[in-house]
Amino acid sequence: MFAYYLQLGLRSLRRNPALTALMVIAIGFGVAASMTTYAVFRAVSGDPIPWKSDQLFVPQIDSWGPAQGRQAGDLPDALSYTDAMALMRAHVGHRQTAIYPVGLSLIPPGQTAKPIAAHGYATYTDFFSMFDVPFQYGSSWPVSDDTGRGNAVVITRKLNQRLFGGADSVGKVINLDGSDYRVSGVIRDWNPKPRFFDVANGSGFGGEADFYMPFTRAIDLQIGTGGNNNCTKVAAAGWDGWLHSSCVWIAYWVELPTAAAVTRYRNYLKGYAADQRKSGRFDWTPAVRLSDVPQWLNLQHVVPPETRVSMLISLGFLVVCLVNTIGLLLAKFMRRAPEIGVRRALGASRREIYKQFLLEAAAVGLVGGVLGLLLTGVGMLGVGLVFEADVARLAHMNLSLVMLTVLVAVVATLLAALYPTWRAASVQPAWQLKSN
Amino acid sequence: MLKMNHLSKVYRTEVVETYALRDFNIDVKEGEFVAVTGPSGSGKTTFLTIAGLLETFSGGEYHLDGIEVSQLNDNARSKIRNEKIGFIFQAFNLIPDLNVYDNIEVPLRYRGMKGAERKQRIMDSLERVGLSSRAKHYPAELSGGQQQRVAIARALAGSPRLLLADEPTGNLDTQMARGVLELIEDIHRDGATIVMVTHDPELAARAQRNVHIIDGQVVDLSEEPRFHAHAGEAAQGQTL
Repeated sequence: MFAYYLQLGLRSLRRNPALTALMVIAIGFGVAASMTTYAVFRAVSGDPIPWKSDQLFVPQIDSWGPAQGRQAGDLPDALSYTDAMALMRAHVGHRQTAIYPVGLSLIPPGQTAKPIAAHGYATYTDFFSMFDVPFQYGSSWPVSDDTGRGNAVVITRKLNQRLFGGADSVGKVINLDGSDYRVSGVIRDWNPKPRFFDVANGSGFGGEADFYMPFTRAIDLQIGTGGNNNCTKVAAAGWDGWLHSSCVWIAYWVELPTAAAVTRYRNYLKGYAADQRKSGRFDWTPAVRLSDVPQWLNLQHVVPPETRVSMLISLGFLVVCLVNTIGLLLAKFMRRAPEIGVRRALGASRREIYKQFLLEAAAVGLVGGVLGLLLTGVGMLGVGLVFEADVARLAHMNLSLVMLTVLVAVVATLLAALYPTWRAASVQPAWQLKSN
Repeated sequence: MLKMNHLSKVYRTEVVETYALRDFNIDVKEGEFVAVTGPSGSGKTTFLTIAGLLETFSGGEYHLDGIEVSQLNDNARSKIRNEKIGFIFQAFNLIPDLNVYDNIEVPLRYRGMKGAERKQRIMDSLERVGLSSRAKHYPAELSGGQQQRVAIARALAGSPRLLLADEPTGNLDTQMARGVLELIEDIHRDGATIVMVTHDPELAARAQRNVHIIDGQVVDLSEEPRFHAHAGEAAQGQTL
């Protein structure tokens, strides 16, 4: 009967072309608006590292205290150098790394090439294994380069393409700000969205970095941060003065694979903070917090509020379209009350009437879904008018969005068809046949 | 085949209840051709729709082919309608968007019949009503008589044991009406039980037995001379 009802449904689409067109347009526009905004929302709210986002944590320490009218729980979103180094030395997590962004001048090989601005991160070798960074050639630098301030560097596929034409460049040397660095590895295209390990600097949706260098080497060369540097007090003069100030500028991540490890680390953090107070560094009891990736992205408000608002508005629009569709379907179905009466007389149960009309609605939804797909494609071209370029660029049509668009159209139309179908199935055959 | 005992049908509103049938008794034997007559509003069509399981009743008993139908659910009633009952309506009631072939196919589809058997039955029944060449025509392309023949073919295709006809010639001219009646008589000769509602005495005379309904009750015409006096009255109403 499925094929029979489908055939009847498709035939019914042609019966009242104007009415059918109105329904298809209503569903198409409603679904397209929802799917376009959903595509943006999905891109910005996804879990960038779902397989271990519950094992990666950001520790926060209230190194500023209750000064300057800050509210309880409003902890600095980065660590000071003092705290970051203390945590690194303690080595309580399974893996840990401090990170800060750097911007350097890169001099490409060759006599005539002009320097280019390169953006990268100063970090520890654990960074690559913690975040499962994929390598094309080589690997991360050895731990000895962390402890020994080695001149290793990991470059990205894009930079490797630019400097070495994409060839295996492991062991080759690049020059950053006048210092030579030996390439230990080349990573494949890797730019998690959002860039969870550095959301404090920028929107979290910026372009890919060019290189990664040992944190200790960057400090040794007195390379300042290319990101935010927040201070409550003026730092003492000089590099050492800044390093030992209360300025926060270092992102810190720790990998804790088990619940016991999380508990242990949380206790360690509390103990560390208490020790800092005892030592007289703080004259308040510093709060601490340990957040996994989703909690951290939420704390940092990584999902732009306008994506949420626009999605709610477009869902509201879809509901309005569906309410219209309910009315149109009701008109379409009830015009066929005599036919329903005849079908009931000839042996159709209410269940069969439900099947027939729901399948007919599904056919309308399917056509509406196809229109919705086309309009979603158009919508993708226009998201830049509503959202920031970094965010708008993320929205794209893929197979899952295509399938979701059609599915939403069909399911939404079926929901809209429930009441009209119930009315159709409730037609009293005797009354219809008597009134004819 | 069809037996109703003390059956009643009441339509209730907030202020009034109206008896369409009251203490209604009828017994139609297998293979009988019964004409049901009565004035407008007497309850003829209500009787027919209850007999065809298109409507429920308020009280009494109704046995159809030995089955007491009052407790049956919608699925069971639909199955009986589909397998045992054929309908012929005054207004033909063909589905305008389906061609003749597809119209006749409708009850066979609900029976879950295979395509080849459906086709065989449809062509046989079309041949029987003399419309084999019209299978691809739509109802609007046919005359009234032809439409009624299609409706009969649709009823015949399911080989019903009970054929319920409601004023089957009411919308036809004399010549077409004669042809339709001959077809119904043919079906009866083949063994089907026929119950035909009509207000046409000539048509009723062609049946084996006449049942007269007045005010929702079966009356014996030989004892009840009120037929002419009550003609045109509506069913009895009772204010609550």
